Amino acid sequence: MHNLTPLSGLLGGALIGLGAAALMLLTGRLAGVSGILGGLLRAAPSDRDWRIAFVAGLIAAPLIAALFGAPLPRPVMTSSLAIVAIGGLLVGFGSRMGNGCTSGHGVCGFARLSARSIAATMIFMLTAFATVAIVRHGFGG
Amino acid sequence: MAVVASFICGLIFGAGLLISGMTDPQKVLGFLDLFGAWDATLAFVMAGAVAVAAAGFAVARGRAAPVLATKFSWPDRRDIDTPLVAGSVLFGIGWGLVGICPGPALVNLAGLSLPIIVFVVAMILGMIGYELWRRRPVAAHAIEAPAIPSRADG
Repeated sequence: MHNLTPLSGLLGGALIGLGAAALMLLTGRLAGVSGILGGLLRAAPSDRDWRIAFVAGLIAAPLIAALFGAPLPRPVMTSSLAIVAIGGLLVGFGSRMGNGCTSGHGVCGFARLSARSIAATMIFMLTAFATVAIVRHGFGG
Repeated sequence: MAVVASFICGLIFGAGLLISGMTDPQKVLGFLDLFGAWDATLAFVMAGAVAVAAAGFAVARGRAAPVLATKFSWPDRRDIDTPLVAGSVLFGIGWGLVGICPGPALVNLAGLSLPIIVFVVAMILGMIGYELWRRRPVAAHAIEAPAIPSRADG
């Protein structure tokens, strides 16, 4: 475990939970990012503004951090652009078909003790473990 | 007011993703790589997030309505159906391939790096693709349905 950063993980996680809790307490909405973004494709006009505002908040976070000297996030991606595109398509399609992603099923679903969300989280976690094992170590492939 | 609140919640959520390190796909892949130099950080992020969200949701459950809206929109489905399983499998493959999920993808968009732009565009196309796929059988059914009375009439 060379790169374990438990304290920043816990603190950052607590802020993620705070954002999700505050969104429910204030606006009555669930902080599932794929649902908020993908919901724009079928939302009534009156249901759009809060979604756009939440997404804008996500994008604004690193911009505000940059004002205080933090570098903008430009993560290192080891896979080719073709693999990145395939990953994006699968993440977009799959999260909408499965009705949620790491935030909606993972964080909010576990916090609600929803069997449906816990099942979804277990499935995408196990699938992701298997995918990384095959891609990085060639198991089963 | 609810829109401003939503923006601030997105801001807090995004700050959490940045501080936790989950906007770095190598950190996420480090967790997903059980057979490499395993990095357990994602589990700490989940623990912190779930604990605080659960506490906040418990407070919300005790209220008749949210502070700035008329009703709570809690998810009401409980069934574990085929789309949930199939969608989660597809999502897991995509997440495992790249190490990015929708929240971190949007936070990373601020850096305007080419791979992130490619990922976000592909993700939105995937979402649009699902909408088209989802509507197709419904549309076919809608066209077929009125044909029955007209056939009977004819």
